[in-house]
Formats: sequence, C-alpha cells, structure tokens
Amino acid sequence: MNYQWNWGIFLSPAASGDSTYLGWMLSGLQTTVLLSLSAWLIALALGSLMGVLRTVPNKWLSGLASAYVEIFRNIPLLVQLFIWYFVLPELLPASLGDAFKQKLDPVTQQFVSAMVCLGFFTSARVCEQVRSGINSLPRGQKNAGLALGFTLPQTYRHVLLPMAFRLVVPPLTSEFLNIFKNSAVCSTIGLLELAAQGRQLVDYTAQPYESFIAVTLLYVLINVVVMTLMRHLENKTRVPGYLGGK
Amino acid sequence: MYDFDWSSIPGALPFLWEGMKISLEITVSAVIFGVVWGTLLAMMRLAPVKPLAWFAAGYVNLFRSIPLVMVLLWFFLIVPQLLRSFFNLDPNTDVRLTSAMIGFALFESAYYSEIIRAGIQSVPKGQVAAASALGMTYAQAMRLVVLPQAFRNMVPLLLTQAIVLFQDTSLVYMSALADFFGAAYKVGDRDGRLVELLLFAGAVYFFICFAASQLVRRYQKKLNAHVAH
Repeated sequence: MNYQWNWGIFLSPAASGDSTYLGWMLSGLQTTVLLSLSAWLIALALGSLMGVLRTVPNKWLSGLASAYVEIFRNIPLLVQLFIWYFVLPELLPASLGDAFKQKLDPVTQQFVSAMVCLGFFTSARVCEQVRSGINSLPRGQKNAGLALGFTLPQTYRHVLLPMAFRLVVPPLTSEFLNIFKNSAVCSTIGLLELAAQGRQLVDYTAQPYESFIAVTLLYVLINVVVMTLMRHLENKTRVPGYLGGK
Repeated sequence: MYDFDWSSIPGALPFLWEGMKISLEITVSAVIFGVVWGTLLAMMRLAPVKPLAWFAAGYVNLFRSIPLVMVLLWFFLIVPQLLRSFFNLDPNTDVRLTSAMIGFALFESAYYSEIIRAGIQSVPKGQVAAASALGMTYAQAMRLVVLPQAFRNMVPLLLTQAIVLFQDTSLVYMSALADFFGAAYKVGDRDGRLVELLLFAGAVYFFICFAASQLVRRYQKKLNAHVAH
C-alpha cells in the first residue's frame, strides 16, 4: 500500500469554484442537521397524536393508529423514500403533482420528500414510545381524572400527557439519534447531505480515506452533541420517585 | 389520474426472486455472524479484563453512532480495493456481495452485542456464583449456565432485530448489486414502470416483515406464559 495521505485537500478550492472541499462538507453537515431537525418536528407531532390514539378506548381510532404504525415499521426506509419521491407526485391529482415536479427546484423537491419521509417513518417509532409511556402510568390516574369530572380529552391534556411526556424523554433520545443516522439514506435520491458530500469528495479529490474519515467523524460528532444535549434534558425532566429519578 | 399498468411484474418474477435470494443471503449471514461476534463482544464488555472491555465498548459505540449508509459506503467504495490488493485478486473479481455481507455483519454485531449484553445481565448474579462454587471456570459458567438462560429470553429481540436487518438490506441498492429492491428498481426503470414496481416492492416487504413480526409476537406470548408458570 503506497497511499498518499493529504489532509490539506480540504482547504484546496473545490471544483465548483466558489468554495473549498471543507465548505462542501460543512454545507452537507448543514443539510443533514436541517433535514433531521425539521423531520423530527413532524415525527414528534404525528407520533404524539398517533400514540394518544393508540391508547383511547375507541376501537376504530386505536385500530387506525396501530395500522399506521405497522405500515411505517414494516417497509424499509429506502423503499418509503422512493415511494414519497418517485411515486407520490405521480399519484397526486395532475395539477398538484405537476406543480411539485415543475414549480419547485430539484433541491427543494428532494428536501421536502426526504423531510416528510423521515418524519412519517420516525413518527411510527415515536408513537410506540408515547403509547408505552401512557400505558406505564398507573391506571388509577386516568380513573381519578374521570372521577373528578374531567372529560377524556381533559384527562389526557391535564393528567396523563404531562406525566407521560416526561417519562418518554429517555427512549426518545435514541429515536432522535436515529433520525440523524437515517437521514443518510436520503443521499440515494440525490440530496446533497453529509454522506452524499463525502461520496462526491471521493469522486472529485481521489482522496477517499480522508473524505470518509472526516465524514464518519462528523457523524460521531453529531451523535456526541445530541447525546450531551439530551442528557441535560433528561436530567431536567426526570420524575422524582421513578427509576432513574432523583 | 395515473394509469396503472402492472403487466411488467409477472415476467420479471424470476429476476425478482433472484434478488430476494441475495437479500435473504445477506440477512442470514449477517444474523449468524452478528450473533456470534455480538456474543463475543458482549462477553468481552462484561469481562473483568479492562482492555477487552474498552475494545468492545469502543467498537459498539463507534458502529452505533455512524449511519449504516456510511458503513456501507466504506464497504462498497474502499474495502473492495483493500481486499483486492491484500489477497492479490484479479481486478475483475466481483467482491461486492462479500463486502456487503461483511459490512452488514460487522455493523449488526454492534446492535446484537447490546441485546445480548442486556440478556446476560438479566441472569441473576447468584447463578454465576453457584456455578463457580460448583468448581466451574468463568468460561464454563458462561457456556453452561448463563448463556443458555440469557438466549432463551433474548430470542424475540434477536428475531425482531433480524427483521430490521432484512429491511436494511435494501440499502445494498447503493452498490448496484441486484438485491430484491435493486432488482425491482431495475425492472421499473427498464419498463418505465417505476411507480408500479416500487409499490410492489413495498407491498412485498410489508407482507414479509408484518407476517414475521406477528410470528415473533406470538412466540413472545408463549415464552411469557411459559416463564409465568
């Protein structure tokens, strides 16, 4: 093996002319972070809604929510992504589909599909965590709420959810980490996020080791930062008296 | 409205089946290797020898903090060259399947190791103490007392992880290796019927994974009923 290491490659001007290769990587990092955070908002909102629906007494609503979870959990992320990106615009009413394909620039199309796909995919996992959070509460809490004259929605709003959300913070940490890792799948539809930039760097610089080591380390860095932030949040939201509580 | 035309699927079934065989091959080899290497990693991590525990912890944490896509990129773009120069292979040898298998196996073993570690730790400490009081060595206690009990409790989790792994094998699409998803994409691309083929692929994955997860759930219930008695 006589490989020529050249870490200076990152500072040399990139083929696009307006940036360095380091600039490429940072723009990839930015896309990864933006994509993951926006998808996380969707996942959290939809996942909480579905998680609540899974626990309500109405058979139809809970059945609907569990079908939702099964669909998003049993199809590979890559296949879901391709369906959102290639299939859905075709199936929409012609005017909407064409608007998506023609009015939006390709980067926005990729970003929107990726965001929605990751959001829905992760929401099924968030849903399961929220459900198990609600189910882990003693049954007496719900009964007490109802006995006090709260309606069912009020019981959820004032009694069950404030407690359940504090309990699910630790399991949600790992889903939050997963969304960053899963966002790398979106490089397959051409979205220039971190992994895709790494791949592009290999093609342009012919320094595969430096590019891949740098990208891999950036993912590790994201992981460490997210974990540190979530530890703080976990400490803040811990419930005294519960396992791991104060 | 879109005009569906499913006619390209029946003729493509043999090709899709070849793809499915590749997906299954990768899944099975990664599960077997992952469980074996994962068990070793878990035992190292729990072993009293510090450097072994550090190595295992580092390995597991590294693989768990990087995306599978990144691991596969390493194994598709870089490892094949290394393998070729290392074993002096003919540059035309197709090592993609082998390196895909190795990539998945090394990646999944990190996840398996965490499941197995939790399983080992769920066995009461008294069991190890009893085994060593009977004169067993640490290795014997692990092999004859701890692991058999740990594995029985872990089977549902290991199987669930295998279902996840089966879904993840669709990512070998990146290497242009025709696994089930890759094959479906190729057929759809060739016939201009990407919509139908992608929906078909999604339906097949859903059917297999849903059925498998229902079986695992039933097995878990049986196991719980058995333990309760």
